[in-house]
Amino acid sequence: MKGAEALMRSLEKEGVDIVFGLPGGANLPIYDALVDAKIRHILVRHEQSAAHMADGYARTKRRAGVCFATSGPGATNLITGIATAYADSSPMVAVTGQVPLEMIGKDAFQETDIIGIANPCTKYTFQPRKAIEIPETVKKGFYIAESGRPGPVLIDIPKDVQQDIQDIEFPDLIKVRGYNPAIESDLSTIGKATELLLAAQRPIIMSGGGVILAGAFSELEVLAELLMAPVVTTFKGKGSFPENHPLAMGPIGMHGHAEANKIILEADCILAIGARFSDRSVGRFDEFGKGMNIIHMDIDPAEIGKNKTVDVAIVGDVKSSMKTMIKFLNKKMVKHGTEENSWLQRRKELIDYYTESIKDYPRDLTARKVLKKLREVLPNNAIVTTEVGQCQMWTSLHFDVISPGTFFSSTGLGTMGFGFPAAIGAKAARQNVPVVDIAGDGSFNMSENSLAVSVLENLPVIVVLLNNYMLGMVAQWQRTFYNRRYEGVHLHNCPDYAKIADAYGAQGIKVQSISELENGIRSALKSNLATVIDIPIDPEEDVYPFVAPGTGLKDMIVGS
Amino acid sequence: MSQTGYIPEKKTSDDVYILSALVEDKPGVLFRVTNLFRARNFNIESITVGYSESSDLSRMTITTRSDDRTLDQLVKQLRKLIDVVEVRVLNKSNTVYRELALIKMNAQDPTSRAEITNLASVFRGKILDIDKFTLTVEITGTPSKIDAFRNLVSDFGVVQLARTGVSALPRGAA
Ligand SMILES: Cc1ncc(C[n+]2csc(CCOP(=O)(O)OP(=O)(O)O)c2C)c(N)n1
Repeated sequence: MKGAEALMRSLEKEGVDIVFGLPGGANLPIYDALVDAKIRHILVRHEQSAAHMADGYARTKRRAGVCFATSGPGATNLITGIATAYADSSPMVAVTGQVPLEMIGKDAFQETDIIGIANPCTKYTFQPRKAIEIPETVKKGFYIAESGRPGPVLIDIPKDVQQDIQDIEFPDLIKVRGYNPAIESDLSTIGKATELLLAAQRPIIMSGGGVILAGAFSELEVLAELLMAPVVTTFKGKGSFPENHPLAMGPIGMHGHAEANKIILEADCILAIGARFSDRSVGRFDEFGKGMNIIHMDIDPAEIGKNKTVDVAIVGDVKSSMKTMIKFLNKKMVKHGTEENSWLQRRKELIDYYTESIKDYPRDLTARKVLKKLREVLPNNAIVTTEVGQCQMWTSLHFDVISPGTFFSSTGLGTMGFGFPAAIGAKAARQNVPVVDIAGDGSFNMSENSLAVSVLENLPVIVVLLNNYMLGMVAQWQRTFYNRRYEGVHLHNCPDYAKIADAYGAQGIKVQSISELENGIRSALKSNLATVIDIPIDPEEDVYPFVAPGTGLKDMIVGS
Repeated sequence: MSQTGYIPEKKTSDDVYILSALVEDKPGVLFRVTNLFRARNFNIESITVGYSESSDLSRMTITTRSDDRTLDQLVKQLRKLIDVVEVRVLNKSNTVYRELALIKMNAQDPTSRAEITNLASVFRGKILDIDKFTLTVEITGTPSKIDAFRNLVSDFGVVQLARTGVSALPRGAA
C-alpha cells in the first residue's frame, strides 16, 4: 500500500468524513488517494480558510477538524488558521505535503521548514520518514489533538513517503510516553473548594472556554443552581451557559457586560472553570481578585498560577471535577434553586441599573438593534460565529447565546477572516441548522472568496454584515487614544458586498431598516441559500463598556 | 513540586536553579525546549544534552536564573512538551553537579607558565596543551570554582574559553 493510501485509511479509521484543502505539487499523491477514499473533500480558495473551516467544524463537533495543504506557500498559508486554533485550544489535524526527503535542506522549490514554523503554534508536529510510520503518526496526531487540552497538530509528509509502497499495518493502540493528559482531579482539593464556596456569602462562577471544550453544559447549570451563584463567562466561555438563565450575567472583560464586570469585583469567592485569566478577561492580573478566594479548575496544570495566584487549584478534566463537586454539594443537602437572597438581589439590581443607564447609539439602524432582531428571528439552535473587531464585541454584548455550544469566535488570536470560513466548517458539521457569521466589512473582505465554497459545496451560511465602511475597532481606538487622527482605517464602501455575493452566485441583500433586515434574515433562512446581508451602520458608533488596556475591571468606562 | 503546582504567594528574588529532564532522543527536541524558553521569556544560563541511562532517552540539564513563580511556570511548561518525559528541579544541597571548562591562556614567558601551572594544580586542573605562546587548562568543578579560576588567571590574558555548562544528578537514591 502507498503511504498516501495509508493516510486515507488512517483518517477513515479516525472517523474523518470531511477534509478542507487545496492541492499542489507536494501533496498530489494524497489527492490521488483521496479519489478512492470515503472522505469528502471541500476545495477552498485559500488555505487559511481551510484551517478555519476545519476549526469551525471541530468546535461544532468537538472532534478534530482536518485540513490539507501542499508544501511551501500552501503550508505557510495554513499557519494563521493553525495559530488561531492553538490560541483557542481547538482540535485540528493539518496535513501538509513536503518536498521529497532527499531534497529537504536543499532549498528546493516550494520547500519550507514548516515544522520549525509551526512549532510554536501547535501542540505537536510530526514528519513521518517512512510510509509504514503513517498510521501510527495519524493515530498519535488525533490522540494528541483531541485529548487533554485540545489543540492543533501538524503532520508534514514528504512526497516520496506519500508514494512509497510498503507493507503497512494499522495499530490499535498507541502510547505517547511524555504525554499524560488524563489527570485525576484530587478529591481533597475539590472538597476544600466546596467548603470555600459554601462558606462564601457572594460566590460567583467564571466559566471559560474549557467548559465548552469539555461539553460540561448541564454540569455548569446544576452547579450554578446548587451554589445559587451568578455565572459570568469569559468571552471564549460565551455560550457555555444559557444567557437567558436567571443566574446568567454574560461575559466579563474589555468589552464585557457592565453588570458582569461589576459583580465579579463584589464577589468573595470565585470558581473559575476552564478559564485562563487572560488580560482581555480580567484586566490587570495584579489587581484582579484581591480579597476573594479564587478556585481554579482546569485541565492544564500549566494554567494554574500562570497569570494569577489562586487559593485552590483543581487540575483535571473540568467535566469530571464538576461532577464530583456536584456530588459533594448534594451530600451537603444543598437546595437546588434560584430563590432570592441579598447576593442574587444585588445581581438583579446591577442588571436593572445598567439596562436603565446604558443608552443605545441614537440611530435607527444600530449594531445593538440588528443583533437583538437577529436573536429574535434565529432559532436557538442556530450556530453563530463572528469576525473580529466591533462586530465581535457587539455580538458579545447584544446577542444572547441560548443553546450552549453554538457560539464560536476567534477569541485568543483575534483573527479577522475567521468567522466566515469557520461558519462554513460549522455548517459542514451540522447541516440541519442555520449558521450565521456576524461580520465587519474589513474582516469579511479577508475571506469573502469562501463564498465560492459556500455556494458550490452547498454549505449555505448567512453573513450578517455590520458595514461601517471602516476597520471600526481600530478607528475607535484612534478616536479614543489618538485624538481622532485616522490612518489606515477607511474602507470607503468598497466593494459592494451585495454585488460580490451576486457575483459568486450567492444571495446579496442590502437593507436600510430593521424591518428590511428581518425580511432579509427570514428569506435567507427560508431559501437556505448562501446570503450576505449588507447593513449600513454609522461609522462613529463605539463599543461600550470599555476596559482600556493596562487598566483593571474597576476602571471600566461605561459609555461616552 | 507537585503536579498541581506549588505557587508561592509572592515572587521571590532570582536564584539559580538546576533542572534535570529526560527527553525523547529524536531530532527537534532540543529546538522545542530552547524555543519554549525563548517564546515564554525564560532565562537559560546553560543547557547540556547527552545520552542518559536509557538508550532512547537523553538527559538535559538546564540551569536557569529565575524567581520561584517563574520556575513553577517553567517546569509546568516543560512538562507540557510532549517529548519531555520527566522534569525535576534539583535541590542544590542534595545534588552533585559539575561543569568542565577549557581555558587557553597567554603563557609566553616562563614565569607565567609556572604560575599558571601552580594555580591549575591548586584547582586540580590539568594541562591539556602547551606551545610556545599558550597553555590550555582543563578545570572541572562547580560553576563558581570555574569562575574563581578564570578570575585568577585573567591577568595572563585568556585567549579562548569553552565551558560545557552544568551536568547534574541527585545524590544517592534521591
Ligand atoms: C488578521 C488581522 N489583522 C489585523 C487585525 C487588527 N484589527 C482588529 S479589529 C480590526 C478592524 C476590523 O474591522 P471590521 O472587520 O470592519 O470590523 P469592525 O471593527 O468595523 O466591526 C483590525 C484591523 C486583526 N485583528 N486581525
